[in-house]
Amino acid sequence: MATGSDIQDVSMEEQLERKRRPLDTFIVGSLFIAGAISIAITLGILWELGSESLLFFTDEVVSIGSFFTSTEWSPQAGSFGIWPLILGTLLITFIALLVAVPVGLSAAIYLSEYASARVRNFFKPVLEILVGIPTVVFGFFALTFMTPLLRSIFGSTVGFFNVLSAGMVVGLLIVPLISSLAEDAMAAVPNSLRQASYGLGASRLETSLRVVVPAALSGIAAGIVVAMSRAVGETMVVTLAAGASPRNFSLGEDSLFGYILSPFEGAQTMTGYIAITASGDISYDTIDYNSIFAIGLTLFLMTLGLNSLSRRIVKRFRQEYE
Amino acid sequence: MNDTTETLSVDTADMPPDPTLTAAPTAMKNARETPEEAGPGVIETKNMDVFYGDFKAVADVSMNFAFNEISALIGPSGCGKSTVLRSLNRMNDLIPTARTDGEVLYHGANIYAPGVDPVEIRRRIGMVFQKPNPFPKSIFDNIAWGAKINGFKGSKADMKDLVEGALRQAALWDEVKDKLNESGLSLSGGQQQRLCIARAVATQPDVILMDEPCSALDPIATLRIEELMLELKENYSIIIVTHNMQQAARVSDRTAFFNVELDTKGQRTGYLVEFSPTDQLFTSPKEKATEDYITGRFG
Ligand SMILES: Nc1ncnc2c1ncn2[C@@H]1O[C@H](COP(=O)(O)OP(=O)(O)OP(=O)(O)O)[C@@H](O)[C@H]1O
Ligand SMILES: [Mg+2]
Repeated sequence: MATGSDIQDVSMEEQLERKRRPLDTFIVGSLFIAGAISIAITLGILWELGSESLLFFTDEVVSIGSFFTSTEWSPQAGSFGIWPLILGTLLITFIALLVAVPVGLSAAIYLSEYASARVRNFFKPVLEILVGIPTVVFGFFALTFMTPLLRSIFGSTVGFFNVLSAGMVVGLLIVPLISSLAEDAMAAVPNSLRQASYGLGASRLETSLRVVVPAALSGIAAGIVVAMSRAVGETMVVTLAAGASPRNFSLGEDSLFGYILSPFEGAQTMTGYIAITASGDISYDTIDYNSIFAIGLTLFLMTLGLNSLSRRIVKRFRQEYE
Repeated sequence: MNDTTETLSVDTADMPPDPTLTAAPTAMKNARETPEEAGPGVIETKNMDVFYGDFKAVADVSMNFAFNEISALIGPSGCGKSTVLRSLNRMNDLIPTARTDGEVLYHGANIYAPGVDPVEIRRRIGMVFQKPNPFPKSIFDNIAWGAKINGFKGSKADMKDLVEGALRQAALWDEVKDKLNESGLSLSGGQQQRLCIARAVATQPDVILMDEPCSALDPIATLRIEELMLELKENYSIIIVTHNMQQAARVSDRTAFFNVELDTKGQRTGYLVEFSPTDQLFTSPKEKATEDYITGRFG
């Protein structure tokens, strides 16, 4: 620190002058560039999706209206209604959440409120390994284990490709995501609230379920939404286990709780269609090829919506403690 | 759970001996019997040691807390006041390394006997913490919650009465009666602390433990809480940890002074120096260490 005596000849204005810090400038600059690159990439993807989709929508065979209203997806027959693919995606996402929310939440409550440090230190890395397994492995697990298992339980009403098997395995896939996000939210609940609860004579279960979980609810909900958008975007498992036939339906004729929502039959999802079409041998500039961009754009908007929903939830969560 | 040891000097440095306090005539309060004469109290500890792992935090504490009195625990930081307090309703169970030896008798029953449910203990011996910790729920639910988990079976109207009664006892009703549905966190610090006291009262405990309940509050809020304690002692036995000796002198009937000493292995183990009627402890302490502490000559 400069003390007055040794630098008397330097004026106070000069002493107080802003110093140059080249290293700081360099590091801040690099950080900015890194941030800018990721934004640029996102914009680039959007541009690509948008412009290719435009080609699709301006084709005389399709109209934007029928794309978003028709319930038949048969590219060979020239009908491009996205609802069967959305239906497949939503069915699988719903089944996945049915599996993942109870399992993930229980795991989070156990890890955050019950497990000893030793147990926690064992389980958390295991969950992280689960995240690291390639999804194609999960896909084969669905096909060679889950589907036969379901068929041995429910009989041959279960198709070889079916959304139940795919949905349950996607559920397993997102369990670690839900459990770790929910556990983070619960760990952020101040200990003083737990003490208050115990001090009033609450048991551990009452404290966990009626103090900690409600206090962490927004964080937990945000985690579920993130997991949901992960399930919506999951590709490999659904391509392998749910089959490649879009579940074309007609609202008047097919029964809602029969064919339309049947868990035992296969259904193509948005991601499944994109994967198969993009890897198949169709040429550029065909309408089939362009359609995957329109689907991609829809998918992008869906996950964007889900992510901003989760953001909004988290924001509310922060306000609660202030 | 997160008690950290502060430096020893904090306690007494900014607290000059208060003349009204040290010179208070003994007649100011009725001279009380010593605990031994008073017979068994609501809580009694017998040769209680508390450990955190291998570390012995307090040693050989034997105390008798009388019914419907306010007992104050004072002493330098780190001497184990909070540790002792938490041992009285098994809040220490929440610290994995904590262990209590010896006996703690509640109405004559050892709360550390095998088979005792700590949840049952805490329903009877409530606790108010240093930092106000209302739940992120409405004011109403903050109070109703404790009653509900304690098996409250009454109607909605009964619950309303209970909440109102508890808020009145905590001298908070008039300030919050128009906003019972607002979050407990929207209140000021002092109001939050009274909400926490109301919440403890609503579960109808027998004893209320308070760990520095006023340390986060301004002097006016502090005085309100002190008045409140004096009212509550009609129905409850209260044990309070405080760093404020004037506060101990103002509200308590009996004061325990704890000190801390280095033992042969270099561990800082706290122990009870004396537990006497408050007026006596502040005017004619039995022990030299007590006198040094209350006159600010400590350390
Ligand atoms: N959770 C814990 N784990 C380990 N040691 C602890 C724990 N809590 C307290 N201790 C130790 O026990 C001793 C007594 O602590 P305690 O919190 O009871 O003191 P205190 O008298 O309440 O102090 P203060 O006046 O600062 O609140 C200290 O040496 C402290 O470091
Ligand atoms: Mg303390």
